[in-house]
Amino acid sequence: MTEETIHKILSRYPHRRSALLPLLHLCQQEAGYLTDEALRLLSKRLGLSPTQVVEVVTFYDMFHLKPGGQREIWVCHNLSCSLLGAEKVVRRFEEALGIGAGETTQDGLFRLKRVECLAACGIAPVVQVGAEYYGPVSPQDVAQFVERLRAQSAVSNQGSAFLPKADG
Amino acid sequence: MSEKILTKRLENPGYGGTIEEHLATGGYQAIAKALKEHTPASLIELVRRSGLRGRGGAGFPTGVKWGFVPKDPGLTKYLVCNADESEPGTFKDLDLIMRDPHQLLEGILLASYAIGCQTAYIYIRGEFIAGATILERAIKDAATHGFLGKDILGSGFSVEIHPHRGAGAYICGEETALLESLEGKRGLPRLKPPFPATAGLYRLPTVVNNVETLCNLPHIVLRGPEWFSSIGTPKSTGTRIFSVSGHVRRPGNYELPIDVPMRELIFEHAGGMRDGRRLKAVIPGGSSVPVLTEQYLDTRMDFESLAKAGSMAGSGGVIVMDESTCMVRTGEVVARFYHHESCGQCTQCREGTAWLHKTLRRIEEGRGRKADLDLLLDICENMKGKTICPLSDAAAMPIESYLKYFGDEFEQHIVERACPFASTDGS
Ligand SMILES: Cc1cc2nc3c(=O)[nH]c(=O)nc-3n(C[C@H](O)[C@H](O)[C@H](O)COP(=O)(O)O)c2cc1C
Ligand code: SF4
Ligand code: FES
Repeated sequence: MTEETIHKILSRYPHRRSALLPLLHLCQQEAGYLTDEALRLLSKRLGLSPTQVVEVVTFYDMFHLKPGGQREIWVCHNLSCSLLGAEKVVRRFEEALGIGAGETTQDGLFRLKRVECLAACGIAPVVQVGAEYYGPVSPQDVAQFVERLRAQSAVSNQGSAFLPKADG
Repeated sequence: MSEKILTKRLENPGYGGTIEEHLATGGYQAIAKALKEHTPASLIELVRRSGLRGRGGAGFPTGVKWGFVPKDPGLTKYLVCNADESEPGTFKDLDLIMRDPHQLLEGILLASYAIGCQTAYIYIRGEFIAGATILERAIKDAATHGFLGKDILGSGFSVEIHPHRGAGAYICGEETALLESLEGKRGLPRLKPPFPATAGLYRLPTVVNNVETLCNLPHIVLRGPEWFSSIGTPKSTGTRIFSVSGHVRRPGNYELPIDVPMRELIFEHAGGMRDGRRLKAVIPGGSSVPVLTEQYLDTRMDFESLAKAGSMAGSGGVIVMDESTCMVRTGEVVARFYHHESCGQCTQCREGTAWLHKTLRRIEEGRGRKADLDLLLDICENMKGKTICPLSDAAAMPIESYLKYFGDEFEQHIVERACPFASTDGS
C-alpha cells in the first residue's frame, strides 16, 4: 500500500476514521489477512486505539485476523439458494476439498465458507470466488468446479515463480 | 407489455452502460434540465408530487424525507446511496449498478442538488467487488465529461461522489448502522430520533436513499410528476423492480407497474412453477416480511395492498416456494440468518433470535416438544416493538406467519419426530 493510495483514500472523507474500512480491505487484499503490522499501521495513521481497530475488524464477516486459503470459496446458504439445493452444494464442496465449511485445505489453496445472501438469488444456488459469481451451481457441477479452480491456481503459481513476488 | 422506466435501456441487447451509450440515450439531460429550470426547493416539490416512495424497504415518500433536511446553507449536508442490498431475496440494485451505473450517478446528482449536498457516498456491500470497480470507472468518466466535480455545467453547483465498500454485515443496510459503518465504526444501529435528516453522517443532516429510489429521479425530472404518478395507485406510484427467486421457471428481475398482481408477476413474468408443482407460499418483500399463501395470489404488489393482506412490500424480493418446501426448515434458515446478523445491542433481539433458531432447528431435526409451538410464539411476542432497530421485528414476524399458515406442519414434525419432507434440502 503506497503512501499515495493512503492519501487518495483519506482525501475522500472529512474525518480520517472513515478510511478504516477501505484501508482494511486494501491491507487484506495484499497479505491475504490482516497482519498485526497492518493493524498497528492503521491505528497509527488514523489516530485510533488498537482496540478501536480490532473491534471493527471482528464485527465484519469479510475481515480475517489469521491467514486462510489463497482463495476463498463462498457458498450461499440463505433461503433462495437453500430452496434450490445449497446444502447439497456445500456438502459436495466439503467432499471435493476434503475439509469442512470454515476450514482451509492442507495445501493452503482454498478456504471454504458458508455465507449469507449474496444478492444474486436469481441464479441460485450461488457460489462466489473473488469478484466472480457463479450460478446456478448444481451439486453435480462441484467436483469439476474445484478441478478448474485448482488448474487456475497452478497456472498463477507458475507465474509467480518467474515474477518477483509483490510484497506490498 | 407495460413500459419500463429504469430498465428500458437494458432492453437494448447491445447496451453496455458506458457513458457514451448513456449519453446517446438521453443520459445526463435531467440534471442539465434541473440545474436550468429548478431551484432545490422546486425540485423537492416535484419529487414530492410524483409520489415516489423509497424502494429500500420502508416505502417512505422521498420528497417528504428530503423536506426534513434543514435549509441552512452554512450546514454541510450528505447524501448516502444505500447499495448494501442485504435483504435476502433481493438482487435488483446490483443489476442497476452493473448495467447502467450512470443512471444511478445522475439520480445522486439530482438528490444532491435538491438537498444541498456537495459530497455523496455510495455504500456498497463489500462482497460486490465488481460493482465498486464499475462505479469508480463511471465516476471518473462522468467527471471527465463535466457532470461531476466543481461548477457542474457552469451552474455553480459542485458535488463529488465516492463509493465506499462495506465488509459483510447485513445490519449495515439499516440506515443508521450504515452511517456508523461509514464513519469507520462497528455497524450498530442508533436510537432514533434524531433521524439522519437532521443528525446523520458525522451528526450532520444526511439523506439515505436506496439505489432504485435514486434511479427513478432522472425520469421524473424529464417526464414530469404527473406522468410518474399515473403509473400504479394513488399511494404507490411508478414501477418497481421485483426480484423473483425460488421455485419458479424464470427467476430474475422484472420491472413492472408497482401494483402488478402477484399472480401475474409469478405466473406470467417469472414463468410459473417448476416441474408442474403447486405453489405453496410466497414471501413478497424479502425474508423479513410475513409469508402469504396461494389464496393471496390476486393481491397486488403495492405497499397498501400487501399490508392489507397481512404482509409487506419490503425490498421487492419475491421468494416463491412450491409444495415440496418444508416450512419448518424455511423458518430454521430464516432464523439462523437473523441470529447471525443481530448486532447484539438489544437483549430481546440478541436472545430472541438465538432461541428462535435453536427451537426451530430442534423441531426440524425431530427433537421438538409440544410446548415448543407456544414457546416460539412467546419468543416472537417478546421480540417485537421494543428494540433500537427493526431487525428484531423482522426476525419475529416471518416466523409468526409460518406458524399461522403452516402450524399443522410444525405439529407433524413434533408428533412424527422427523421432518415429513424427505427431499428437503436440509435433510
Ligand atoms: C435490518 C435492515 C436492513 C436493511 N437493509 C437495507 C438494504 O440492504 N438496502 C436498502 O436500501 N435499505 C435497507 N434498509 C432500509 C434502510 O434503513 C432505509 O430505510 C433505506 O435505505 C432508505 O432509502 P429509501 O427511502 O430510498 O428506501 C434496511 C433496514 C433494516 C431495518
Ligand atoms: S434490534 Fe437487533 S440488530 Fe437492531 S439494534 Fe437491537 S440488537 Fe441490534
Ligand atoms: S439466497 Fe443465495 S444469493 Fe440470495
